[in-house]
Amino acid sequence: MDWLNAIVQGTLLGGLYALFAAGLSLIFGVMRLVNIAHGDLIVLAAYLGLTVTSALGIHPLASLLLVVPAMALIGYGLQRGILNRTLGGDLLPPLLVTFGLSVILQNGLLEIYSADPQKMNAGLLETASVLVGGISLGILPLAMFAIAVAVIAGLQWMFYHTALGRAFRATSDNQAIAQLMGLNRAHVFGLAMALSLAVTGIAGVFLGIRTSFDPSMGGARLIFGFEAVIIGGLGNLWGTLAGGVVLGIAQAIGAQINPGWQLLAGHIAFLVLLAVRPKGLFPRMDG
Amino acid sequence: MSASQYRIVQSSGASRIAAALGLIVLALLVLAPYWAGRADLRLLGEVLLYLSLASLWNLLAGYAGLVSVGQQAFVGLGGYALFGLTMFGGLHPVLAVLVAGVIGGLVAMPVAALIFRLRGAYFAIGTWVMAEVFRLSAAQVSALGGGSGTSLPTPVVQSLADGRDAREALSYWLALAMALLALAVVYGVLRSRNGLALTAIRDNELAARSLGIDIWRTKFTVYVIVGALTAATGALLFLQKLRISPDAAFSANDWTAFVIFIVVIGGIGTVEGPIIGVIVFFLLRETLADLGTTYLIILGMFAIGVMLLAPKGLWGMVRARSDIQLFPLRRKVVAKPKD
Amino acid sequence: MPDPILAIAGLDAHYGDFQALYGLDLTVAPGEVIAIIGANGAGKTTLMRSISGLLRNQAEAIRYQGEPIGHLRADQIAARGIALVPEGRQLFPSLSVEENLIIGGQLGRRGPWSLEAIYALFPILEERRAVPSTALSGGQQQMVAIGRALMANPDLLLLDEISLGLAPVIIKTIYDALPGIVSSGMSAMLVEQDIGKALSMSQRVYCLQEGRVSLQGRSDQLSRAEIGRAYFGV
Ligand SMILES: Nc1ncnc2c1ncn2[C@@H]1O[C@H](COP(=O)(O)OP(=O)(O)OP(=O)(O)O)[C@@H](O)[C@H]1O
Ligand SMILES: [Mg+2]
Repeated sequence: MDWLNAIVQGTLLGGLYALFAAGLSLIFGVMRLVNIAHGDLIVLAAYLGLTVTSALGIHPLASLLLVVPAMALIGYGLQRGILNRTLGGDLLPPLLVTFGLSVILQNGLLEIYSADPQKMNAGLLETASVLVGGISLGILPLAMFAIAVAVIAGLQWMFYHTALGRAFRATSDNQAIAQLMGLNRAHVFGLAMALSLAVTGIAGVFLGIRTSFDPSMGGARLIFGFEAVIIGGLGNLWGTLAGGVVLGIAQAIGAQINPGWQLLAGHIAFLVLLAVRPKGLFPRMDG
Repeated sequence: MSASQYRIVQSSGASRIAAALGLIVLALLVLAPYWAGRADLRLLGEVLLYLSLASLWNLLAGYAGLVSVGQQAFVGLGGYALFGLTMFGGLHPVLAVLVAGVIGGLVAMPVAALIFRLRGAYFAIGTWVMAEVFRLSAAQVSALGGGSGTSLPTPVVQSLADGRDAREALSYWLALAMALLALAVVYGVLRSRNGLALTAIRDNELAARSLGIDIWRTKFTVYVIVGALTAATGALLFLQKLRISPDAAFSANDWTAFVIFIVVIGGIGTVEGPIIGVIVFFLLRETLADLGTTYLIILGMFAIGVMLLAPKGLWGMVRARSDIQLFPLRRKVVAKPKD
Repeated sequence: MPDPILAIAGLDAHYGDFQALYGLDLTVAPGEVIAIIGANGAGKTTLMRSISGLLRNQAEAIRYQGEPIGHLRADQIAARGIALVPEGRQLFPSLSVEENLIIGGQLGRRGPWSLEAIYALFPILEERRAVPSTALSGGQQQMVAIGRALMANPDLLLLDEISLGLAPVIIKTIYDALPGIVSSGMSAMLVEQDIGKALSMSQRVYCLQEGRVSLQGRSDQLSRAEIGRAYFGV
């Protein structure tokens, strides 16, 4: 029963990891950018949630209404102001600039909020649970998982059924020709980053409700998201969800064996999968 | 005009002046234990070890296109190897540093085989995952203090040399030797056939492949060499510190962020860049370190600014104004003066 | 003669150190069809890329509807009503046939061209509307590329070697459609290797040679010998 419980809890945690991963996957798909500061932006969103929650005295979930648009704006500004200048063939500039951003964000948060761990309080929601087949399922993890699935489904729909998604795919295929269609590349990239950070906003607030957080934990969140992306297969959003779940389960099983092995088990699952299935579980057919 | 009026040279006037200056600086550095105070000597040793890390990372990222953000894996591995080999293997610390380098090279092989499956920026994050695996594993080794780490036992420290001054001097000279070795290896690799292949790969992977260059093997070789030397540098870093813990040994900030900033600011993809960068970095650190986190923010902004406005770094700015090269890598055709 | 819709004066173009166009002068009148001919590497595609904004230029070198556009981005130029059918078709592989057409019209300029009009022009595309553009034959892909440009309802249509690599019967289908397309008052510039086709489709012709205009004139007045000389530079 403990094992089954670990697997179920790991699956639910996987939803959060899929949210970490979805934003990463989106911008990689559209502009081949890997954002090293992604994890620190997740943590930034958690702190924004904390500030909004305590300043307005509202429920953490209600803070999403402010945090998500704020993160989207930050994303658009970041892309147009800085990141667009780094794009163009060479791998190093975007990597090093986002790396620099990561250091700036981390230390900026440290300056403002100190290194003390913080947590958002979701009240009754945190303790409420339902009993399913002898396993107690927290309402909060369940709700987060459901929202993660909904976000992925929404992104998938946006990508394949809206004008914005069409613009993303066209720009990803061929930037110059997309420009000929009247799509301003700089703006399209800005929108992609805005969307990516909007998802990051949700992920950050959920993170802040689920666990205590501090400015230094961004790097590990980036890694979790990255592992979920690679496990699932590059460029496949549903695969990313599966990747998050695999990672969550691996960590939960590791923790079940020995509490010190939680993270190690996740990384090892990733490395094993990388060795045996380098293209991920669900590689894109056309990739 | 006949061909005999030209010759191919690899050195330049500037590089001869640089060589002369270099010898003077080298002499000063070798003699440092006799003129520098204890604190300055330690700082100088740290500068030299950072120069080694930066030159190695530059070879990896700036020449081989292997942008790693996980070199702390090898720094930490080297540090832990030093502690393990001296405490449980009874090795002399200097020998342990050498063995740590060998271990670093050996470990780099399977690591490379695995993470070379990731391309470009994903390779970068893959290296970070590796470093995390190393850090978390080190925390599981209770003989070396687990998560809280351990200190180098006094007998081991004393076995290094008699008396504190002698130990400090020896550990400084080791750092100097390490920096020179790293520079020499980087320079040697770049001037070898492998170096030409690397430059070809960096400039155009497809064309390089069509020329029959085995890209995977060339990169693998560089990765393993850099892994070995980085581990040896790590061993020396922790021989200076005398204390090790997983968080310090595998710190992404100390062993990767700073190193990347040094190289970017100095000029990535040039042999001279890391030297300039390490000087600028330590000048900034010694003047701004009191600012704490603000200092890191300034450093990050400085690096981003350089990357956006002068992507070839400070050395690139110098080069844009004059054709100076301290370490001549390009061969150029020079007209012989008419007799 | 009415004011030209496009007036190019002293246009240079560079790829790094290499200069591909030298002081080019050229005009297109409203409703006119211009043919551009020239040997491989003469600079025809470079000219198309310059006009459409894929290569940036001096603002004044290219004036469109009386305004300088040489310095504008490709998307800004597209918004003003210039559409390019690029050399080699260059459809979006991740988009279906219909999505390729829709994205061509995403600026929402008014005019005669709509999905229905494109499907009426090339009925085969309606049949294959849902398949990925990569699943089409070369000729069908060229129809999509032309349809995609028309969907923008341009005032000036640029066509770069639309017959390249296609079977003669397909080329005929495509060129048969052209007079109908430009009869609506649209201007067009046509790059074509087949000199006979180029002359019969156009009112005026420019011949490029190594980045310079080597000959220009009315399509019905130039002799074969003149064109041969200008084309090959003998
Ligand atoms: N991206 C590029 N980089 C460098 N040089 C280029 C590039 N594109 C074209 N050129 C050069 O510019 C010149 C003109 O090329 P362009 O493609 O305009 O010729 P073209 O007339 O369209 O030829 P074709 O009939 O083969 O299509 C050629 O010498 C070509 O080699
Ligand atoms: Mg051409």
